[in-house]
Amino acid sequence: MKRLLSWVVLVPLTILSTAQQFPTGKSLIEKVDKNMSANTRISLSRMEITTSRGNRTLEAKTWTEGDEKSFTEYLAPAREKGTKMLKTDEQLWIFSPSTDRVIQISGHMLRQSVMGSDLSYEDMMNDTPLLEQYAATVDAVEIRDGRNCWVVTLTAVKPDVGYYMQKMWIDQERYIPLQIEMYSKSGKLLKKIEMTDVKRIQGRWFPMTMVYRDMLKKGGGTRMTFLELQLDAALPDGIFTKSSLR
Amino acid sequence: MLKFLFNGLLRDKSRSLLPVIIVTVGVMITVFLHAYLTGVLTDSIEVSAKLTTGHVKVTTYGYEQNSSQQPNEFAMDDVEQLVEELNRDYPDIEWAERILFGGLLDAPDSTGATRAQGNVSGAGVRLIGSDAEIERMDLQTKLFSGRFPEQPGEILMSNDLFVRMKLAPGDVVTLISSSMYGDMAMYNFTVCGTLHFGVAALDKGMIIADIADIRRALYMEGAAGEVLGFFPEYYDDELGLQLQTEFNSARLDKEDAYSLVLTPMSKAEGIDFLISYSNYAGLVVILIFVFAMSIVLWNAGLLGGLRRYGEFGLRLAIGETKHEAYASLVGEAVLIGLIGSVIGTAFGLLLSYLMQHYGLDASSMIKDSTLMMPTVFRARITPETYFIGFIPGVLSTVIGAMLAGIGIYKRQTAHLFKELEA
Repeated sequence: MKRLLSWVVLVPLTILSTAQQFPTGKSLIEKVDKNMSANTRISLSRMEITTSRGNRTLEAKTWTEGDEKSFTEYLAPAREKGTKMLKTDEQLWIFSPSTDRVIQISGHMLRQSVMGSDLSYEDMMNDTPLLEQYAATVDAVEIRDGRNCWVVTLTAVKPDVGYYMQKMWIDQERYIPLQIEMYSKSGKLLKKIEMTDVKRIQGRWFPMTMVYRDMLKKGGGTRMTFLELQLDAALPDGIFTKSSLR
Repeated sequence: MLKFLFNGLLRDKSRSLLPVIIVTVGVMITVFLHAYLTGVLTDSIEVSAKLTTGHVKVTTYGYEQNSSQQPNEFAMDDVEQLVEELNRDYPDIEWAERILFGGLLDAPDSTGATRAQGNVSGAGVRLIGSDAEIERMDLQTKLFSGRFPEQPGEILMSNDLFVRMKLAPGDVVTLISSSMYGDMAMYNFTVCGTLHFGVAALDKGMIIADIADIRRALYMEGAAGEVLGFFPEYYDDELGLQLQTEFNSARLDKEDAYSLVLTPMSKAEGIDFLISYSNYAGLVVILIFVFAMSIVLWNAGLLGGLRRYGEFGLRLAIGETKHEAYASLVGEAVLIGLIGSVIGTAFGLLLSYLMQHYGLDASSMIKDSTLMMPTVFRARITPETYFIGFIPGVLSTVIGAMLAGIGIYKRQTAHLFKELEA
């Protein structure tokens, strides 16, 4: 009887004390934001897309301000060269040099893939801070890429979010996510992002390679590598205007 | 015996005239209805074949598995070579490459900004340098205004969409769609003509351009989503299924999404029901008429039986067996059925021929149809039409006579003279 009593009392206490060692989901996400968010960012990136039809490699230069504004110019291959994309608060515009047209991407077109990659325009457009869309809880400690990670589950608190649930594996020391999984409301895994090649850039930890996988596609995923990255750099005047697209 | 029965029928008109008239009318309706249904259903199948499915369709396995999404990422490469091979292996079949796609059509204002947009479903078919597809798809009758593309970069669009987007002939529009690689593709076209299909789904937002332009627009050089095969005449399901077995056993590998698969029209989504229905339409018509006419002829037989009550009594009384009397009644029915069927088939064929030749213009009745149907309903006389009427014609008279003649067996020979005296 004594043995049983000790189990009844001790096991919940142990679980409670373990849970108390976990940081709150909110504090973790805030730390990740603080580490990764910069006021401005200029990057040169390479996107390697592996589809069932073959591989494609694109190069692009991107200017970013906060989470809301970004301007991307595609540099290669020749077919995409000169294509520009402008994302402002709630709108996304694309300039295609072959048609000499600036078109706003909206409605169901937002669900299309960006340049055939595993990313959709909708993914690009989602700039609402995570904590405004999700409730975060820390569930466990797991090892990813040989590093201790907090496993954080984000559950939507708003009805109109792109993914109902996300799971993040956050590096306990560097406060960067090493893996993100995005799920539908039914629990189906829709997308997966793996971050590797973590480097210290201007005092911040940053994953230089991200592999996106659209789990509904049969392709081999999209590897995005930052070739150059400048944080908090000065941006050209007027870059986030429609006139800069042409 | 046959001559005896025949003379009996000729001399006693009250025994034969009404049943022959009933059979004639029934058979005439059966023959006409069968030819009419065959014609309308065959034409509906042909309209679907020519516009969308072909009699057979060659695609990749991946494309076939997701065909409702028109997944051009599973398009076939080196289509020119494939068509050469198909022409060599199946010389009696005409092959046509097509690309189907969905997207958005965007019309700019004077500054180049978006003025109007519309969702479109499109088809890339060979329009420049050959009239085969224009004739096959009957586009000449669907051309509402303007002309067919003559230069690269020209497009035909549904007139409803043209009006909705407030376009004018010669306006430039931008097609925004998905390329074969899954990325967004944009391409400028000049509107050269408008089409009116009479089918709501197509009139809502159909665009058609030369396949070479669509290849450039969707980065599909040398590729096509589908290669459609057309038989010399109408769809033949037996041949379609035979080709499927032959082609797929040689080319299909279900582990490889890019291996080729041939799909006959009867296996195409949405058309399978129409073809099955068409196959059973004749049977349905026959069953309905056998049932209805048997009831009418049963009643006629009962009336005749009552009238001939005394005659049968006398025949039984002078020694004819019940079997012989019953057999002669059924024999008369066979003769009546045959005579009525011949006359009815002749009239039915005449009506069917008129309907086949002149047709019924139903374009005003089906102007916003959701089905792909012919605008002129025509009957179609097939070898079946010549004998289909004989089945209900003979069967119903025989069944009617057999039912009515059951009374013969209920007569008591012992009471016959009493009945006759009375």
